[in-house]
Amino acid sequence: MTQEIKVCPITAKHIKVALVGQPNVGKSMLINSVSNAHLHVGNFSGVTVDKTEVLFDYKDYHFTVVDLPGTYAFTDFTIEEKVTHKYLCNEDYDLIINVVDSTNLEKNLQLTSELLTMNKKIVIALNMSDEAAKEGIEIDEKYMSELLGVPCVKVSAAAKTGIEELIDTVVQTYTKPKIEPKLVFSEAVEEEIEKIVEFLQKHHYEANNTYRNVAINLLQNKEKTYQRISKKALWTELQTVVVDAIHHIELHHNTDDLKEAFAEEYAAFNRGVVAEVVKQTKAESEAKTLTEKIDSILIHPLFGIPIFLFFMWGLFQLTFTLGNIPMDMIDGFFSWLGDVIGPTIPNDDIRSLVVDGIIGGVGAVVLFTPNIIILFIGIALLETTGYMSRVAFLLDGFFHKFGLHGQSFIPLVTGFGCSIPAYMSARILKNDRDRLLTLFIIGFMSCGARLPVYVLFAGAFFAPDMAGNILFAIYVSGAMLGLIAAKILKMTAFKGADEPFVMEMPKYRLPSFKLIWHTVLTQTIMYLKKAGTFIAGAAMLVWFLSNYPHNDLLDKEYAQKIEKATDVNQKTELENRLAQEQLEHSYLGRIGKLSEPLVEPLGFDWKMNVALQAGLAAKEVVVSTLGVLYSMGSDVDENSKSLADNIRANIPFASAVAFIVVIMVYLPCLAATTVFAKEAGGWKYAVYLFFFTSVVAYVLAFIAYRVTLLIS
Amino acid sequence: MHTLFDCHKGCKTRVKKINAAYDLKQRLISFGVMKGSEISVLEHAPKKKTIEIKVGKMRLALRDEEAKYIEVEMI
Repeated sequence: MTQEIKVCPITAKHIKVALVGQPNVGKSMLINSVSNAHLHVGNFSGVTVDKTEVLFDYKDYHFTVVDLPGTYAFTDFTIEEKVTHKYLCNEDYDLIINVVDSTNLEKNLQLTSELLTMNKKIVIALNMSDEAAKEGIEIDEKYMSELLGVPCVKVSAAAKTGIEELIDTVVQTYTKPKIEPKLVFSEAVEEEIEKIVEFLQKHHYEANNTYRNVAINLLQNKEKTYQRISKKALWTELQTVVVDAIHHIELHHNTDDLKEAFAEEYAAFNRGVVAEVVKQTKAESEAKTLTEKIDSILIHPLFGIPIFLFFMWGLFQLTFTLGNIPMDMIDGFFSWLGDVIGPTIPNDDIRSLVVDGIIGGVGAVVLFTPNIIILFIGIALLETTGYMSRVAFLLDGFFHKFGLHGQSFIPLVTGFGCSIPAYMSARILKNDRDRLLTLFIIGFMSCGARLPVYVLFAGAFFAPDMAGNILFAIYVSGAMLGLIAAKILKMTAFKGADEPFVMEMPKYRLPSFKLIWHTVLTQTIMYLKKAGTFIAGAAMLVWFLSNYPHNDLLDKEYAQKIEKATDVNQKTELENRLAQEQLEHSYLGRIGKLSEPLVEPLGFDWKMNVALQAGLAAKEVVVSTLGVLYSMGSDVDENSKSLADNIRANIPFASAVAFIVVIMVYLPCLAATTVFAKEAGGWKYAVYLFFFTSVVAYVLAFIAYRVTLLIS
Repeated sequence: MHTLFDCHKGCKTRVKKINAAYDLKQRLISFGVMKGSEISVLEHAPKKKTIEIKVGKMRLALRDEEAKYIEVEMI
């Protein structure tokens, strides 16, 4: 057996540890208490999707702890499992800490037994030992260490006990030579392993692992072992030995699946270990556990959904009412900032860039932060308490019909407030396809920024007592369109077999304030950093397109006219007309005019076209652009009586209906689109989304236009 | 054939066979659902679209489709 020699002259006392465990065993919490690191610890399966490295010093050692995503077994079923499996097989590290949940040892040992065949030094951290003690579970860790041949240490990340002992054990294990773990299989399997080991010994195979582990890996169809050994001459003979052995084991287990056979082997071994080392002092009562009691209310077939809806309503209310208070302040601050900085800049162009472009753009980003923070707190609460899995359980039946996942509900509902946090909250969906599909239809849920446009048009064309119903109809039909779109996407672009739905329902836990604080803080900073740069850039682009090229001649011409004008009303009218003509000559206006033939079938003139294009930047802009274009001045809002009158006079009803349909369906705004691109995993998805929403908007608006023409 | 889908709330069963395709089978095994494991049904959503089961000390949620793959006997 050849031993790999690691030379590291400068950091000779550097220990690199891979932290491995099943989901919800408190891995990240353990790292937190070991090093006071800032990490996201979750109670929902797979919160740590990326592997996180944490550095700290203890005594004379430098520690690097790699927190690997929680994994139930090496089946490569989820992204998390792939990341962990790949890391453990291919990366260089000194030692594995296997974190297990003491209250559910047997299940956790399933992963441990797979780790034992990896030819690495392992320390087992029996986490949640305090909880186990409360439940009357006594683990004899000394005996367990002996049985497994691997040091086991009782710890509690929550109560911060046993942490030092764990690190000491890690150091000891690191300095001492490796001891072979004792993993014992059934007699039938042991016999076959022995046969392969004998064969390897006879042929003096040069392995970088023990013969026993090579044999086990061969029997388990481990790719890497095969790659190595199949290049050797002994392979031709060995092959028949292995095939025979596999055949015998399959026969013994009455299955055609070796993985299943080995899973049963591991399970039997683990049952044996648990029977030896675990003593249940309190008889496991037949009475329901606390989690089961809570579950019987929260996932009750009848009350479960109403209770959940109530929670969602609360979160929604908080996000968009409480969030609005600081929003007004932030808005006020940025306009104040613009007013203060503006006069200090003599150059008109630069002033406009700084005040309208940069301060306006950055302000728009910061504006959403309160909403996002509240939403993140809500989601972190749902995740860390374990309620999120229940949500998926309750709603999957309905959403699965449309090709969505039970958890899609949360991002979709959030979408009614603002698409940005909605896109971000889609992270709770762990499966790539489920998440993408959800991301694609979030835009169908009309966000708050579209409300002013709806209010304006509903007010312009309908009596006040009808307008409310129209508004409601717009929202509901948007949501229904979204579900239909999901179904269509699922049958076309996202075609394929459904991902199986097998999910752990973790124990309910009280949320930890510190953990939620860390989660929300990191996520908020990430939002401000990443989205902020994109969004500010996009805002500046739109500012540029709608302000350039600037026609100075027009300015002068109007300046004279305005001077001559005596009446105040006349003056404002002239100013508005100037703004309109400038916008008409800007790049944005030119694009609008150029593409007018394209929107003619929908009954739009170039003004509506420009308003829609400006709306790509932000829906708030649609109303103010319409105001400018219909010469009302840009200071209008949806309640402006005269703008509504003007729109009724200038826009035919059918065109207005088509206009609303486009607003409902097309891209929410540039800021949201950048966030979408980030969450979906690339700008190419933003391009897909653009085409998808544009085509759908166009087709639906065309139908709406024609149908309305026919009816009226 | 009796599958987990046919079981009612509160019933206790033992797995006889898993008839699922490779991926799902591995997934179930990694959760401890394999030949011989004891499963009880804790709860189910309206129309049995999703069911909550208990394997060992762990609670799992499954869709009706997945539950139909798991062949069980009552105990």
